[in-house]
Amino acid sequence: MTDAPSHPLSSTRPFYWSVRRELWENRAIYFAPLAVAGIVLFGFLFSLHGVPQAGRVLAGPKPGPGATPADIHAYGRYTMVLLAPQFAAAAILIAALIVAIFYSLGSLNNERRDRSVLFWKSLPVSDRTAVLSKAFVPLVILPPVVFVTMLATQTITMGVTSLVLAANGLPPAILWSRLPSAAAMIVGLAYGLVMLSLWYAPIVGWLMLVSAWTRRMTFLWAVAPPLALCLFELLAFRTKFLWTLLHSRLVDGLAAFTAGGQGKAPIHDISQIDPRPFLTDFGFWGGLIFAAAAFTACIWLRRRREPI
Amino acid sequence: MASINARGLRKAYGKTVALAGIDLKVEEGRILGLIGPNGAGKSTALQAVLGLIPYEGHLKVLGRDPWTERDALMAEVCFIADVAVLPRWLKVNDAVDFVAGVHPRFDRAKADAFLAKTTIKRTSRVGQLSKGMVAQLHLALVMAIDAKLLVLDEPTLGLDILYRKSFYDSLLNDYFDHTRTIVVSTHQVEEIQHILTDVVFIDRGHIVLDSSMEAFESRYAEVMIGPDRIEAARALKPIQDRQVFGRHILLFDGADRTALAALGEVRTPSLADLFVAMMGGGEADERQTGVAA
Repeated sequence: MTDAPSHPLSSTRPFYWSVRRELWENRAIYFAPLAVAGIVLFGFLFSLHGVPQAGRVLAGPKPGPGATPADIHAYGRYTMVLLAPQFAAAAILIAALIVAIFYSLGSLNNERRDRSVLFWKSLPVSDRTAVLSKAFVPLVILPPVVFVTMLATQTITMGVTSLVLAANGLPPAILWSRLPSAAAMIVGLAYGLVMLSLWYAPIVGWLMLVSAWTRRMTFLWAVAPPLALCLFELLAFRTKFLWTLLHSRLVDGLAAFTAGGQGKAPIHDISQIDPRPFLTDFGFWGGLIFAAAAFTACIWLRRRREPI
Repeated sequence: MASINARGLRKAYGKTVALAGIDLKVEEGRILGLIGPNGAGKSTALQAVLGLIPYEGHLKVLGRDPWTERDALMAEVCFIADVAVLPRWLKVNDAVDFVAGVHPRFDRAKADAFLAKTTIKRTSRVGQLSKGMVAQLHLALVMAIDAKLLVLDEPTLGLDILYRKSFYDSLLNDYFDHTRTIVVSTHQVEEIQHILTDVVFIDRGHIVLDSSMEAFESRYAEVMIGPDRIEAARALKPIQDRQVFGRHILLFDGADRTALAALGEVRTPSLADLFVAMMGGGEADERQTGVAA
């Protein structure tokens, strides 16, 4: 069949270099989460002056039955002073989601727009390798980037807060007793990101499909048709089936970060990590099938679409 | 084995026929110039050869079907589809790393040696390079690939003459070794005439000339003739008659050389003149007649 190449390459090499190529082009994949982490930490520095006061109040007893609403409110406010930096780290996740959206929308459009697709296609990298390497970036590269950035940010904020408490003669346990265990934080975050990646795979697939299909205005093409269909369904049939589906796809994945996957309380203990609600959900598997179909269509389209 | 073998190769975009069933055979070790006006079907033919577009008819490139066996074919075929298709964000070093990473026939040392002869900085991004330097970089990447077939579609469009000349010099001196096949399409016919072994003229989806350069040189002749002998010369049925400084330059197809030599100095015409004679069509003829009358 094929002539022996002058030096054999393993079949994963083109994939590896294609992923690296994506990261050369899209440095926002790691810069955006890092930049947001920087902002979170910068804001955290300015909130540190309130920590000793909050620590002193929280070291005292919880407001009892006789406490005034003002006392309860103050207590809650001081709890927030201590815990806010941990929640601010969620901003890193939001940044990553935005990066993933715009990355996917550009993935198969930019190379046609600047005609560089003709260069990539002059090399022995198949359309399947090219498309899968592009899908790999938001689905497999981005989650660990978020994981490391978030964990580092939280470690720094927790560590510094503990030091400030200790320096003021207060026990750091004031903070730690209010946070999940370290194991729950690490495992819960990793698990949540994996599940979120799988849950959002069909969205990445849809955005990449739009990117491969349309010539320009990718964002509009990605957003307007689904919304138009929802509106049509509402007007024509007075039902909200599509809207419910869309809404569920956008927000339900976040439940992976909550106890038992129920979408209510945050995970405080490893035992609360439970993939069953996802694995038994038709939407979860249906989404993955949709994603696989979308990536297949992307490969087909990349073969045939011409430079813009 | 022929590098390219096409029979009845046809491509239509809707009702527009880009290629009207052409036959083309390019043997190994040839340098073919594919020449035609804009919209003649040059790029379409090359895109079909490279497996970039589906087509009708029979086409084998290095013995493979370029549409169904494209991935395997690309290990042996290389092409420069256009100037400036290297993305602006790509760093020179990364470009070399990438091609070295994915191409089994890439020789990094060769690319490095070629780049060392240019003024291209290895840490620059493509967007920071001049158009000529981008072409040099692209050529450095392509020449370091031990490909059996190299396809160049307007590789020097928009470059100044110095870059164009060095581009083709490098190609001929550092790359071509009589076992590789090169197909090049361009508008700058004069500049590549001396490097070609074969030439194909293509017009409105049809091949109007398919000839080796030796055959071209023995078949076509150009004679410069004073006004006194013009009628005798016209009797030999020139395919083109143009006037320069009061003298006529007549282009003949297959005319008897001795008869021509009696009329004036016989030269091999440039491809560009033959191109104009064949493609300029009615419009050019009318103009010439007008001047002559």
